[in-house]
Order: sequence, then structure tokens, then C-alpha cells
Amino acid sequence: MSITITERQAGDVTILDLAGKVTIGEGSVILRTKVRSLLEEGKNKILLNLGSVSYVDSSGIGELVSSYTTVRNQQGALKLLNLTEKIQDLLAITKLLTVFEVFEEEGEALASFG
Amino acid sequence: MEINLPSRIESVERAAEEAAAFAKQSGLEEGLMTAIDMAVRESVANAVKHGNKFDETKKVHITFSTVSDGFEVTVRDFGPGFAIDEIPDPTNPENLLKASGRGILFMRTFMDEVEWFNASDGGTIVKMIKKL
Repeated sequence: MSITITERQAGDVTILDLAGKVTIGEGSVILRTKVRSLLEEGKNKILLNLGSVSYVDSSGIGELVSSYTTVRNQQGALKLLNLTEKIQDLLAITKLLTVFEVFEEEGEALASFG
Repeated sequence: MEINLPSRIESVERAAEEAAAFAKQSGLEEGLMTAIDMAVRESVANAVKHGNKFDETKKVHITFSTVSDGFEVTVRDFGPGFAIDEIPDPTNPENLLKASGRGILFMRTFMDEVEWFNASDGGTIVKMIKKL
């Protein structure tokens, strides 16, 4: 299994609960397709819950960046929730913690969308 | 241990499984496996994607061995080669939002030694060592 994505709605924010691997190939493609489909529906406030993501490689990190820029280009916002220690490390190594808004509490994350 | 894998995305997972099996057989400390796993996946993905460019007539040749001071992995592709010095630094502010280019950074971060060689009969070999 690569990745499963469960969609929830909280007001105008769409929460995607990701579980599994965000890696080269299928995992990255599934995330990309989901984010683009949300944008087509006009949903451009997206919170990615990464708490159950077991593995991310450089392609997966690249897909997070790509999703972030795609959403931002549609005047939206994509933020991250519940980073595992490993993902936190990878985002630190790549200096992407300076790019993404990251939250530990879902309520706090939702409030930040305004 | 040597394996040859086809230039497909599935080979990334297969190489990681083989590395884990070899490391376990060699009695490698569990804590080192995360780093080796990441480096193997990134290097094989690079070989498949950037080296062999998914050309299934070209194999990815991988070796795992225990050396005096650590665990050594080599990954060879049969592509046109590249200049490592010309790979942009993905942590430069101007590159932060690029969708690719972080695999080499991860290999260098997680392994203790990483070197690239041009094979005399074509292709690129990356040699990585995780010290015990």
C-alpha cells in the first residue's frame, strides 16, 4: 500500500488525513491528484494531516512543495498538521520548515486559516 | 552481495528490501537501518529516473558489503553521467520551492561518505558508506 487519503471538511477548510507512504511513484501521484481535484472544486484552504504517514522520500517532500505552490498560486493556503519526528527532520534538513506553516493542534491550525 | 534490477520505480522498494535483509544478516545495528534505507531508496530512484531514464534495457547494478569501518552500498546506472558540482543546492532560498533535487542532499545527510565516479565503460557509480 502506498497512501490512503481521507477527506474531512471543517468550515471552509478541507482536512486531508494521509496514511501510509508518500514516495516516488503512486504515493506522490495520489496526493497530487487529490490536491488538484480539491482546487477544481474551489476548495483552496487545505490542511494536510501527516500524523499517520509512515515514510516520506525526497519525491514525497517534492510533492508537498509542489502542492503548496499549486494551492498558493490559486490564492489558497496549504498547511501541515501533526508532523512525525522523521518528517520534521526531513523538513529541517531541506530548510522547508521556513516555508510551511506547521501545527500540532488541529483547532489551532483551523483557526489560522482565518 | 550484488543485484541487478530493472529501471522501474518498483526497483526502489526491492532494493530497500534487499538492503534490509543483507544488513540484518550482517548483524547491523537496527538504528543504522533508517539511514541506509533512505540512502538506498534515493540512490536507486536517481539511477532509475535520472541515470537510466526509465530505459528498461538498462539495469541498475547494486552492491552491499560490510567493510572495515562500516556498511557500503554502491549503485550504478548506465546513463550519460552528470557533474555532481553542477547539481543545485536545494537549500538555497531560490531553490526551496522546486519540486525535485533533494535526493542527493538526503544521501549526503544520512550516510557518512558519499562519492560519485564515472565508470570507464559508461554510467555513474555512487558509493556510500555508513560507519558502524
